[in-house]
Amino acid sequence: MDFPILPVITFTPALTAIILLLIPQEKKTEVRVTAAAGAFVCMALSIFAYFAYDIEAAKAATTWAGKLQFVFGPFPWLEALGISFYMGADGLSLAMLALTGVVIFAGVLISWGIDDRPREFFVFLMLLVTGVFGVFISLDLFQLFFFYELAVFPMYILIVIWGWKVTREYAAMKLTLYLLTGSVVALVGILAIYYIPDMAALDAAGLCNADGCHRTFDLVRMSEMAASGMFNVDVQFLGTTVGFEQLWFLPVFLGFAVLAGIWPLHSWSPDGHVAAPTAVSMLHAGVLMKLGAYAAMRVGIQLLPNGAQQWLPLLVVLTIVNVVYGSLVAFVQKDFKYVIGFSSVSHMGLVTMAFATMTTVGYVGGGMQMFSHGIMTALFFAVVGIVYDRAHTRQIPKLGGMAKVLPWTAMAFIIAGLVSMGMPGFSGFTAEFPIFMGVWKAGETIAPYYRIIAVLSATGIVITAAYVLRIVQQVFFGKYEGEKWHDMRPSTALDKTALVLLAAILIFVGVYPQIMAPLIESAVTPLVQTLGGV
Amino acid sequence: MFTQIQPADLLAIIPEIGLVLLAFLVMIYDLVWPKSRKRNLGFLTAGGLAIITALLLTLGYPEGEASSAFGGMIRHDMAAVIFQTIFLVAAAITSLLSVDVEKLRGGEFFALLLVSTLGMSLMASATDLIMIYVAFETTSIPAYILAAYFRRDAKSPEAGLKYFLFGAFSSAIMLYGFSLLYGYTGTTHIYTIAQVFAMGGPAAPLLVAAVLVIVGMGFKISAVPFHFWAPDVYEGAPTPVTAFISTASKTAGFAVLLRFFLAGAVGMAYAANDWVPILTAMSVGTMILGNLLAIWQTNIKRMLAYSSIAHAGYAMMGVVALTTVGATATIFYLAGYVLTNLAVFAIVILFSNLSSSDEIKDYAGLSRRSPYLALAMMAGLLSLAGIPPLVGFFGKFFLFQAAVEANLTWLAIIGVLNAIVGLYYYLMVIRVIYLFRAEPEVEAIPIPVPRSYGFAVAICVAGIVALGVYATPLYHWASEAAAALF
Repeated sequence: MDFPILPVITFTPALTAIILLLIPQEKKTEVRVTAAAGAFVCMALSIFAYFAYDIEAAKAATTWAGKLQFVFGPFPWLEALGISFYMGADGLSLAMLALTGVVIFAGVLISWGIDDRPREFFVFLMLLVTGVFGVFISLDLFQLFFFYELAVFPMYILIVIWGWKVTREYAAMKLTLYLLTGSVVALVGILAIYYIPDMAALDAAGLCNADGCHRTFDLVRMSEMAASGMFNVDVQFLGTTVGFEQLWFLPVFLGFAVLAGIWPLHSWSPDGHVAAPTAVSMLHAGVLMKLGAYAAMRVGIQLLPNGAQQWLPLLVVLTIVNVVYGSLVAFVQKDFKYVIGFSSVSHMGLVTMAFATMTTVGYVGGGMQMFSHGIMTALFFAVVGIVYDRAHTRQIPKLGGMAKVLPWTAMAFIIAGLVSMGMPGFSGFTAEFPIFMGVWKAGETIAPYYRIIAVLSATGIVITAAYVLRIVQQVFFGKYEGEKWHDMRPSTALDKTALVLLAAILIFVGVYPQIMAPLIESAVTPLVQTLGGV
Repeated sequence: MFTQIQPADLLAIIPEIGLVLLAFLVMIYDLVWPKSRKRNLGFLTAGGLAIITALLLTLGYPEGEASSAFGGMIRHDMAAVIFQTIFLVAAAITSLLSVDVEKLRGGEFFALLLVSTLGMSLMASATDLIMIYVAFETTSIPAYILAAYFRRDAKSPEAGLKYFLFGAFSSAIMLYGFSLLYGYTGTTHIYTIAQVFAMGGPAAPLLVAAVLVIVGMGFKISAVPFHFWAPDVYEGAPTPVTAFISTASKTAGFAVLLRFFLAGAVGMAYAANDWVPILTAMSVGTMILGNLLAIWQTNIKRMLAYSSIAHAGYAMMGVVALTTVGATATIFYLAGYVLTNLAVFAIVILFSNLSSSDEIKDYAGLSRRSPYLALAMMAGLLSLAGIPPLVGFFGKFFLFQAAVEANLTWLAIIGVLNAIVGLYYYLMVIRVIYLFRAEPEVEAIPIPVPRSYGFAVAICVAGIVALGVYATPLYHWASEAAAALF
């Protein structure tokens, strides 16, 4: 058997957490070094897996199952219910793994200065990362949900204990309740999907043997059943006959999309990001929101394609609100961190919009955007954290001239800003351009009003440019009043390492998108075909 | 009717025999041992219970077909064994938790605990109306005394009296329901009664009998609207007793409820029968009311009381699904709940021994005073809330799954939303433990953990996590038990 790289990646953070718990509380440096080592292993392994993926084999395969590599399992977990331990990755999963690895490593470096119970901080951070890795590579629906819940909960503790004192209790509770409500509603949907095939359908799917028929949570099997229209049956709902997929698509998709910050269920997101400590904001906006988008796609769209075809052309309206409204609200914020928080809402809108195009080029853009936004927003939050640690304020009007003392930080912010504006040569362009192409194309294949959406969402980019430039001008340039800042000090080497790491990836993917686009394209093609797209 | 005692019958009552012997042993040693060694009574009880459990799972393990014993008074099947195991484990942990409560160090305390466990053990296996009633009372009467055990305390006798009045009243009502069933069928054996009603019975009397029986069992599991006693009794009773009542006693109620209703003693287990919507409505009401009232509590024992009411509501979802999957889910859920609640109560007991306070706000700074204890408390509360990788997650998952399977998707949705409400108030406690600071002089005092408590908490937490990662063995056992109920 090959080296089981996916389970190793997933459980390395959990193992790190256990080791951390065994270190005495007072040994803070040892704690930090252990956490950094664990995070580094995760990053190295996930990047290794990314480059070890055999893209030629994946291109040759026509089904989703054929594109999965590093498959581990299925091993029976709870056989009576068809639950198995089953991991595997396609190109999109691997991009998300690499994203998570990079962000967690940068996040640990940025959190070096945490002095209140660092051991507990890193334990919860590592638990959360195990959940995140687990979701991206789950090939079993139950297992996916298990890791999803595992990823969401530690956020509460991380925000409430180490967050910003003013709003942390409110924000942490709001975030937890929003996300878990969404996920449990989606859970009921998952169970409904599990129970929908009748005995004949199970037999046709090859799930029956001599001892009877066995339902399964196997995502590969379920995707095949979905693609062959097995879930597309009529059910009774409140006395009327409706399509099962049409009925359950909204609860399942929106249940997960809450975590992707879809309007109007996004309001936990800016509050949560602002209240969270820096590393948690990075991880949350950078990775966790992708978890929502990923699960919404993997479960909502992939298992309920007919429901998706009916509802996504309507949901696209919500996503345009995300994009435009998010950037407008970001523009008027006075708090530096809220600007970034709302910019995440705006950019994640583009991801869900990409899903709604039901075209390959749109989905490729969506996948690229998930990666690009993840790194970019992690960089943004790292910068905010570095500035706030020194200035002890995030009010934009009060700040000024930070580039004089924090040149690296200012440079990093400008790079992230250019990415977020979709400037060519940066990863944002390679993500947003295909999305707009996809939306425009959907104007032909789905409905003409997609073209209006394309135009409107382009205005979102203009507004983004406006708020990014405003911050660059007011926070980093402008007059530097040295006497005002008592705690001002240059950024540390660790901070710089994290900033350079993140910024370099943004530029690299921008210059050389071929490193990622084929992987994502190979991963999304079967799904788009199921949706009848091109 | 009562013919002759077969030797095999004795195998069916291994736990009962063991419990009686152990109770005598405890009382004898209470007389023999000097005061300084009274602490050992708890260890004697716990050790004895461990031996009884081992005997039950070896000698008393039912082989093949379920068999009736003692002329149909009890049944020796997997359902009985799994519930008996739960009771024995719960009693053993409770006695470990009692050893360092000064005022509970007496032989009679442990003897009463054992007698109550004896009643529960019979409740799990009783298949005859008379036997069910006797087992009910054997469980309850020692529990009334236990609740009032701190007789010089203001709240404890009040708790005992309340518990007694509610308990006596509701079991009398249940007895009346039994008498109706006997009057219609001429037999007290529930499976024979079920055969009589298999073809449909007289609707109105069956409904009346069902309602009357539900009153008695609803009291035991503290389901709405028979829950009023729970918060006061939980708050007033000595905390180890609260732990015992909220776990073992509630589970015993479910053991009878599952067997009685799924056997079809008041009409077959079809959704069309009148008792099903009643239980469904109770399930919904219990979940919602328990959770909503728990939010406002400032005393941790009262909060846990309302939360345990809510958990009864969840567990009932599996009953009203009327399927093996549903019964499996309920049994699994209860086993997980018992383990979890005992872990939480262990910490509550430890904390109140030290600070003599049960107010949630006094838990501030716990994570700084004792990080591992705080972690255990968090694991317990999160398991109650249903967060992975803890047993409560699987428990809730199975229940919702059973509800969806039985076409009760709406009930599953009510259930998941309630789980979120539950999460809210558990998080409020976790917030106090981890975020809030106590006075510096208080925070400097570490919380000493006696070995027995450490052991009990470690067992519970290890069980919570182990079953939360790999639930399969318990699930299989529970499904064998559920199959025996149909």
